[in-house]
Amino acid sequence: MYLNTIALSPERLQRFQEIASTSIGPLIEGAIKYTIPLAIIAFSIGLIIAIFTALARISSNKFLRAIARIYVSIIRGTPLLVQLFIIFYGLPTIGITIDPFPSAVIGFSLNVGAYASEIIRAAILSIPKGQWEAAYSIGMNYSQALRKIVLPQAARVSVPPLSNSFIGLVKDTSLAATILVAETFRRAQEIASMNYEFLFVYVMAALVYWVICFILSIIQGRIEIRLDRVVGKTGGLS
Amino acid sequence: MISIQGLKKSFGSQEVIKNVDLEIEQGKVVVIIGPSGSGKSTLLRCLNVLETPNGGVLSIDGQKLDFNSAVSKKSISAFRRLTGMVFQGYNLFPHLTTTGNVTEGLTTVKGLSHKEAVKKAELLLDKVGLADHKDKYPFQLSGGQQQRVAIARALAMDPKVMLFDEPTSALDPELVGEVLRVMKDLAHEGMTMAVVTHEMRFAKEVADEVIFIDEGVIVERGAPAEIFNHPKHERTKKFLSLLQV
Repeated sequence: MYLNTIALSPERLQRFQEIASTSIGPLIEGAIKYTIPLAIIAFSIGLIIAIFTALARISSNKFLRAIARIYVSIIRGTPLLVQLFIIFYGLPTIGITIDPFPSAVIGFSLNVGAYASEIIRAAILSIPKGQWEAAYSIGMNYSQALRKIVLPQAARVSVPPLSNSFIGLVKDTSLAATILVAETFRRAQEIASMNYEFLFVYVMAALVYWVICFILSIIQGRIEIRLDRVVGKTGGLS
Repeated sequence: MISIQGLKKSFGSQEVIKNVDLEIEQGKVVVIIGPSGSGKSTLLRCLNVLETPNGGVLSIDGQKLDFNSAVSKKSISAFRRLTGMVFQGYNLFPHLTTTGNVTEGLTTVKGLSHKEAVKKAELLLDKVGLADHKDKYPFQLSGGQQQRVAIARALAMDPKVMLFDEPTSALDPELVGEVLRVMKDLAHEGMTMAVVTHEMRFAKEVADEVIFIDEGVIVERGAPAEIFNHPKHERTKKFLSLLQV
């Protein structure tokens, strides 16, 4: 143990202050230009993939069910980091070269799509069969019953777990640093490699992620309250 | 109006409806009674194809579905629009208001404008005595009120036939009357109705015909007075004695 490295001399504190004021800009820039857009874009695309995957998994078509199951199994059964490397470093060897940011979007979207599909599938299955029957009984077809009756109710059920996924995704985007996306964590790595203040710079980066996630959890609460008002507190007897 | 010929329905190896034939004339109210598991609900659910029959021919108001051959989803949807269904558990849409529950089918299925749909919903809600509750959500209503909304929702689609599947079985006793009253009004207006129920008083007062069904076959059918006072079959006698009517 080199205790002297822990000591915080007035000079060191002075240095921290300088680093903080010069690096907070790039870190926040990385968050605004890359971390947040990447998370939002990937989550939006991922949700669309998830809805279709969930519908495929509960459909009566064997072929669709099989494709959806294989997709979910592959994505959930392999590390996200490996998936990103395959897309960014692997595909160019067969002539498919994709820029860092789009590579990250593809990787994260596919990842979210697989995990969120399970959430949406469970939410759809949690809606009582009587809701489908009531929808059919007034002449709706499958897609009308799904869009007008079942999905709005499933949305309420899936907000808490989907919020979890989104917050998880925000943090996972730090993996995009490894495929050269200049997001928050990559900025931190660059700054720390210049001034060697690893602890201080990485803690600052961690704080940036924490603030984003804190704001997201507040938004989640608001959405839940709003949906409660729309859906009604209980489902009644049905 | 309604004609059922050779209707068959099985769940797995269990035959629930065995070759049932039934005619219901326009404007008649038919009450279907029978012990639990007799197939009476299944028979009703086959009529709007919530259960797909394994065989037989259904016909309502001249439209035919022949289940002895393949039937398309589209023709099932069209056929369903001839009937309105009221469920034991109400099955109101919890995310929609009372008005929303009634207008949903009008705008989505019938393509009415929002304004026209709301106008029609108001008339129907008034008819079932819920004009003062049109902006409430289902969870804010009593069971009896919910079931009346469900009746208005079904009526909104202008069905030729109304099907009631134990509409009062989930209700507290003091709420049964308000639902039966709405059903009586409908019957007096000349609506063709098929009602599965345990409300024998309703059957006596309103039904044109009572059908006793057991183990998937129609055991006995006739005017209410005849069935209740002079049942011919042992099974009917036994069932009615258990009900103490």
